Amino acid sequence: MNVRFLPAGDAAVVVEFGDHVSRILNDRVLRLNALVRAANPRGLVETVPTFRSLMIHYDPLVTGSANLISAIKNLLDSGGGETKHLKLWRIPACYAATHAPDLAEVAQRTGLGTEEVIRLHSGMRFHVYMLGFVPGYPYMGDLPDALVLPRRVDPRIRVPPGSIAIATGLTAIYPLESPGGWHLIGATPIRLFNPRWPRPALLGPGDAVRFEPITVREFDAIHAATATDAYQVAYETIVA
Amino acid sequence: MMQALEVIVPGPHTTVQDSGRIGYQDIGVPVSGPLDRISFRLANALVGNPPGTPALEMLLRGPTLRVVADSVRLALVGCSAGMEIRSSTSRIIPAGQSARLAKGDVVRIGLLGDSVCAYLAIEGGLDVATVLGSASTYVRGALGGFQGRRLQKGDSLPLKLGAVDTRGEFALHRPLDLALDQSIRVVLGPQVDYFTDDAVATLLSSDYVVSPQADRMGFRLDGPTLAHAKGYNIISDGIVPGSIQVPGSGRPIILMVDNQTTGGYPKIATVISADIPVIGRRRPGRSIRFTAVDVHEAERLRREQETAILDELNSLRVVDPVVPGSSGPA
Repeated sequence: MNVRFLPAGDAAVVVEFGDHVSRILNDRVLRLNALVRAANPRGLVETVPTFRSLMIHYDPLVTGSANLISAIKNLLDSGGGETKHLKLWRIPACYAATHAPDLAEVAQRTGLGTEEVIRLHSGMRFHVYMLGFVPGYPYMGDLPDALVLPRRVDPRIRVPPGSIAIATGLTAIYPLESPGGWHLIGATPIRLFNPRWPRPALLGPGDAVRFEPITVREFDAIHAATATDAYQVAYETIVA
Repeated sequence: MMQALEVIVPGPHTTVQDSGRIGYQDIGVPVSGPLDRISFRLANALVGNPPGTPALEMLLRGPTLRVVADSVRLALVGCSAGMEIRSSTSRIIPAGQSARLAKGDVVRIGLLGDSVCAYLAIEGGLDVATVLGSASTYVRGALGGFQGRRLQKGDSLPLKLGAVDTRGEFALHRPLDLALDQSIRVVLGPQVDYFTDDAVATLLSSDYVVSPQADRMGFRLDGPTLAHAKGYNIISDGIVPGSIQVPGSGRPIILMVDNQTTGGYPKIATVISADIPVIGRRRPGRSIRFTAVDVHEAERLRREQETAILDELNSLRVVDPVVPGSSGPA
């Protein structure tokens, strides 16, 4: 497969595996990410995996693009593939109309009806491709074809934290209040980002997620427990 | 005893910054830190701090602060404005020179002048908690700094030191060159192939102007639009400070230190790391011209800049301290 090294100035290089959203590309990105972090070449600052590329930030006063690219090429050729222990998270999701401002519209535009939208969305096991946009924001996929819609024409200025959203072939959760152009089809009472946690983002690239439907009453109870850190999101360890 | 700087006037956007929050971009947390790392570094050196000590970054206009400690040493770098110090008498300390202030003194920094940002370093630094390893404020994420936000009237900024020695003050060997007319060097890419040849030629031959829509996240530019060759959506990939992204409008945006870590617009070019502080100082209304260099040249320019900074740090002048009550230097 064709790998391209693209310059991003003199402090980062992009290792591009392709230009579409796919598990095959993302698995290669995450594998290289693990290899680069383990090898920790001189001058490495940090790495940012995305759907289809790995951005490698470096200190131009310590190393140079040529040295770094040569180290990465060696890692790409090394073929070492270690077993990774990841998590399958069970995220409580309230799809009640009060918590899902766009659910009716999504049900209507897809022609599925609200029950079927909920059944499809909560029936999937999603892959966390990457985090970005705002702290802790997970891009997850893939949605079944029947749920694929373009982004909203008019993005919202304020999306409440915890909103569960869909757009194109992806689903996400807004960790913080922020602007947003995706369709809001539910809400979770849990926190996805807390700078005081040792791992500040709940979800990591490569993790898996299932949404488990809850009632408004359960939402309120979990929300209250979350506020005092008394709620533990359920997960099981998976081997990738 | 509480030792602090009390905020009398906050200025439009004054935040605590250190060298930045490294290691969390993979979970969507930007690096933050100073727009102008050179001025930030020189300011800390002038008060004898280790590099990276938390200092105040101000945009457009500085704050007015009262000393609530036995004494404090301050230095301002990055602008043409000076520190107006009011005690029993008044004095003006120019940018690029440290000064010792006594309890009750008030320091006022007005309009910054030609530069959009400047740094006020405090001997010993500000006593703020680090969040994810950094004291830098990331306002959009309400992280770090003083309560995760820009300063407000009435804030009391805790200081590490309650008193500082009387000694010779440090001054820069010569005023910092703000490089306000220097062309900005870029490396083309990572998505230069998403643009027409004309767009690349336009970027490198036109005058752009920093628009009023400029903040720590990014500087929008006014000027000729840039045509995409194959659409303006890409599958999200990484962003660095200096990425020049071009959304559907064709109007370029230079992403800066609070940049989102990933994004879905193609980036025609990236400002070289040596010139990020130079861009960081350009206020709305100032013009920008771009010149392309290759990565190796960019790396060489950064090393050359580092040598110049070290030369400056090694040639600080010592000036006589100002004794309170006497008249200040001419």
